[in-house]
Amino acid sequence: MDTVTTDDAPTSPRDLGDALVELKGVNKHFGALHVLQNIELTVHQGEVVVVIGPSGSGKSTLCRAINRLETIDDGEITVDGTPLPEEGRALAHLRADVGMVFQSFNLFAHKTVLDNVTLGPRKVRRVPKAQAESEAMALLERVGVDSQAHKMPAQLSGGQQQRVAIARALAMRPKVMLFDEPTSALDPEMVNEVLDVMVSLAREGMTMIVVTHEMGFARKAADRVVFMADGQIVEEAEPDEFFTNPQSTRARDFLSKILSH
Amino acid sequence: MGDYLSGLWTVFETYNVLDAFWVNIQLTFWAGLFALALGTVLAIMRISPIASLRFVGTAYVNIIRNTPLTIIMTFMILALVFQLALELSSDLTTSFFRFAIVGLAIYHASFVCEAIRSGVNTVPLGQAEAARAIGLPFLDSARLVILPQAFRGAIAPLGSVLIALMKNSTVAAAASVTTETSSVMKVAIEFNPNYLLEIFGVFAIGWLILVIPVGLLTTWLSERLAVKR
Repeated sequence: MDTVTTDDAPTSPRDLGDALVELKGVNKHFGALHVLQNIELTVHQGEVVVVIGPSGSGKSTLCRAINRLETIDDGEITVDGTPLPEEGRALAHLRADVGMVFQSFNLFAHKTVLDNVTLGPRKVRRVPKAQAESEAMALLERVGVDSQAHKMPAQLSGGQQQRVAIARALAMRPKVMLFDEPTSALDPEMVNEVLDVMVSLAREGMTMIVVTHEMGFARKAADRVVFMADGQIVEEAEPDEFFTNPQSTRARDFLSKILSH
Repeated sequence: MGDYLSGLWTVFETYNVLDAFWVNIQLTFWAGLFALALGTVLAIMRISPIASLRFVGTAYVNIIRNTPLTIIMTFMILALVFQLALELSSDLTTSFFRFAIVGLAIYHASFVCEAIRSGVNTVPLGQAEAARAIGLPFLDSARLVILPQAFRGAIAPLGSVLIALMKNSTVAAAASVTTETSSVMKVAIEFNPNYLLEIFGVFAIGWLILVIPVGLLTTWLSERLAVKR
């Protein structure tokens, strides 16, 4: 099997569409720390890209930069051909098309599960209340928490909260979904219920960028694995290729540490 | 003894204590309402992504908060009413009353702003990020996600501001509102110095009756309405 190393030669088994998210020469510093170094990454329509790497490698920052929760110092990020706007309404419009799932769920603590899911469609997309609610219930059913619709987030388990957060992001009908370590804050027994939802999303053709430590998910659902270390993309490959035959010493070192148990 | 009591009774018949407290309650109500509105706007300015708005909000709070209330109230009357001949009513007494409300509102808005900002600090950053991530612009994020949680976290400090406002409403005397408690008490004592302690005691107890329930209520509300995380 060929290794996917360049963006214009997608040789993965799935048919990939046009470039949806493109990062060109992206740099960012946190003070003296050069957290993103000359990042080049293209994610195609329908592609599932898993970003892995040691803590502090810049993978979360990369993920957050794509909907401008982190600003970048230079370089260009485009989503569906549109460069990220600086601030204001144009940025809000773009964010509405980019779903985001956070490590700490971040469900609106003062709103019910159902209101969490309908808020975006109603206030941003101007969907009428009844329609927004019936669509939200369908999404909650899809992620398996429809029976909790009228509870407050604090009454739910972590796994349930994260599935609600996925439904909330899906309710905006995003072009791409960003997952920033979605299972890292979960108790071990709840990890799979969230990963199952993500795997089914991937199978349905959602474009996904997933920062995670779940190698099982990467093997099962990823079209491509991006390995980051010290602010750089060190290696990109299809999951089988990456896990069985990593090219760089950094990746070999990383994998030997996490796969030895 | 009988003479003493009937004399004391006459004092409180002459000076209508309940009406005086009612004036303070009205001052507090209207000034509190306007201060809450203005303070909320200031708080939104201070957390907004626009630097010039943040600057104006910060400047307002720092200038007004550090100016003695008596000076603001005196300024209202001496500068606005007597020098600039502004009026908020054709009736001078009503005009004084309304200027006192404006002065109290302007002053306490700075404290309301800071109380709300302390409430904003109780809302985790992730809430704002999630609001932005679903495409809500700043004002909608503030209105729908941040402020509803911030107000619940700010009930206790807002209660303190309300209590301060109630007591500060006596400074309306400096704005020539002569029917409120401190003015009435002063006159009553001046003309009946032999009942000094009794007059003082009645007003002091009246204030306790007004203020203590506010403290109890806000403590109860802040626990009851706290956002569960």
